[in-house]
Amino acid sequence: MQIARETLLRSYRSMRTIRDFEERLHVEFATGEIPGFVHLYCGEEASGVGVCANLTDLDTIASTHRGHGHCIAKGVEVAGMMAEIYGRQTGVCRGKGGSMHIADLSRGMLGANGIVGGGPPLICGAALSHKTLKNGAVAVAFYGDGASNEGTTLESLNLASVWRLPAVFVLEDNGYGEATGSSYACAGSQKARAEGFGMPYMECDGTDFFAVHQAAGEAIAHARAGNGPVMLHVHLARWYGHFEGDAMTYRAAGEVAAARADHDCLTIFRTRVTEAGLLEGTELDDIDSAVRDEIESAVIAAKQAPLPEAADLLADVYVRY
Amino acid sequence: MSKKSFRQAINEALRQEMRRDPRVIVMGEDVAGGRGGTSGTVDAWGGVLGVTKGLLTEFGEDRVLDTPITEASYIGAAAGAAATGLRPVAELMFVDFVGCCLDQIMNQAAKFRYMFGGKARTPLVIRAMFGAGFNAAAQHSQALYPLFTHIPGLKVVVPSSPYEAKGLLIEAIRDDDPVIFLEHKVMYDDEEEVPDEAYTIPFGEANLTREGDDVTIVAFGRMVKLANEAADRLEQQGISCTVIDPRTTSPLDTDTILDCVGDTGRLVIVDESSPRCNMAADISALVAEHAFDALKGPIRRVVPPHTPVPFASVLENLYLPSVEKIEAAVKAAMGHRVPEIA
Ligand SMILES: Cc1ncc(C[n+]2csc(CCOP(=O)(O)OP(=O)(O)O)c2C)c(N)n1
Ligand SMILES: [Mg+2]
Repeated sequence: MQIARETLLRSYRSMRTIRDFEERLHVEFATGEIPGFVHLYCGEEASGVGVCANLTDLDTIASTHRGHGHCIAKGVEVAGMMAEIYGRQTGVCRGKGGSMHIADLSRGMLGANGIVGGGPPLICGAALSHKTLKNGAVAVAFYGDGASNEGTTLESLNLASVWRLPAVFVLEDNGYGEATGSSYACAGSQKARAEGFGMPYMECDGTDFFAVHQAAGEAIAHARAGNGPVMLHVHLARWYGHFEGDAMTYRAAGEVAAARADHDCLTIFRTRVTEAGLLEGTELDDIDSAVRDEIESAVIAAKQAPLPEAADLLADVYVRY
Repeated sequence: MSKKSFRQAINEALRQEMRRDPRVIVMGEDVAGGRGGTSGTVDAWGGVLGVTKGLLTEFGEDRVLDTPITEASYIGAAAGAAATGLRPVAELMFVDFVGCCLDQIMNQAAKFRYMFGGKARTPLVIRAMFGAGFNAAAQHSQALYPLFTHIPGLKVVVPSSPYEAKGLLIEAIRDDDPVIFLEHKVMYDDEEEVPDEAYTIPFGEANLTREGDDVTIVAFGRMVKLANEAADRLEQQGISCTVIDPRTTSPLDTDTILDCVGDTGRLVIVDESSPRCNMAADISALVAEHAFDALKGPIRRVVPPHTPVPFASVLENLYLPSVEKIEAAVKAAMGHRVPEIA
């Protein structure tokens, strides 16, 4: 499939933004200035971006605790995200949610999620809205290999099939749920699970933007056309600990280094587009430096932004009470 | 006797009970960690905050079970195993995750004994961390002990220090009913003298951490420490307080609370859980019903507002009870005019 130049440029920018956002957070977190838990998406950028390149603002996604990448891929504004992570009033959630709860419904982003397996049922609901309202939109649940075992996830696969929902279940399989490997935690096969629930199963290399874009494009088209849900199994590696502060003693020495060396989605993308003459290296360099500036100013702005005020504590528990 | 952290005290209680009774097993997500990993490291985490570290090495895989991320099934499995001969201690990590397995606790484990006409015993312990103070936000900071207290058939423990944690956890493991054991996540590094040998602290017997004449303060979990700090400050100002740590919210030592209120005539309750139908409300009702005549003034509750737990530190601090808020509430109970602390 031919991908439009604009899409390629936008997607590269999105992946680069996620990478820089996360690596900067890694550095800033170590200074102790960032409160709460932070789970980094580094290494997995091509998955969120490859999927979301097939979506519009009308389409809905639900994310996970490792949500920054999905947010950026779906178009949530970076400065607002950074401010949120710093607990500022200018944050996308006014400093009340933090890293694990970034959401922007105007972008079809139904939220990162602190509860593993929290997203898939919500996506059934979003897909039901789209189907009932006949707006042509689809709903996409991102969930991890760990989350693939939650009852909520398995029930959602069934429900989505039963209701023939325009839903895509994107299983981001990085091989670990916290410190436990999926080879221990996941019985049987994901393919058999999808088939057991009567939906097509697809899989792809999650470090290759083109592979994800292609597979997700087909899965989303299938769902959008009213043919029911699809499971897309994306294989990835995470480059940092489960959360910031995790020493990763459960991973073999060199595992992360090898992923960085051989499966860096940004390097793979650059090689591919420049060799095929789709984009110029200088265009990508320009994006790199623009993103560097954007992240820098997001961090500066976040650190200077006002803190929430006392009245914010009581606001927005209800619409009306 | 030696200085031990809250974390070490809990670890020691588990270890000693596992040595004493081979039916005691531990299960939960990453209670050991490292299974299926590529380094071959076992016991890679020992619990997300290291509380169960070392148990795998001593007791082996049959007694320290890492679970997939499937709370409904493993909490239910722990209940089923408890009813059929084992004495499981299941770790739910963050108590907020009870949303994923409440049926197994509320409709299953809690009700076996009554529904089955007294024929079942369910010696199950569910450990979980709770509470705000870590900027862990709305889904990882709740203080849900009233939720469990509300359910007949469950016992609910909220330890306030390392010494308390060890004795109460051993009691919980030896108890034949389902026990919810809630550890405040901000307390894991708190230290105090804790006996090396095993000991138990009975449920339903409150601890008076200090005795005074003017005001009775009832506080739970981490709030006990804050209440004592407030009482120290108030002492300097000539107000003497009794501080009650009920230790368990179910059973609740109502006698001690009523006796102390009878003596002081003034009551302040410090409760970190959401204010509607929480322990402060429960104890207020108790006292209003049974000690109304002893009261010299209105009961004061130091509780968070009826909101989810916010993320940003400024908001989280406003949300939580504090030494200053307790101090102000005690003065208000004494009839002093005090500015309201937001
Ligand atoms: C219901 C619930 N159980 C446990 C947790 C703690 N927890 C947070 S992330 C995580 C691992 C999730 O693994 P996976 O789904 O593979 O996502 P990954 O972290 O690999 O992106 C766990 C166990 C949680 N947040 N919610
Ligand atoms: Mg994973």
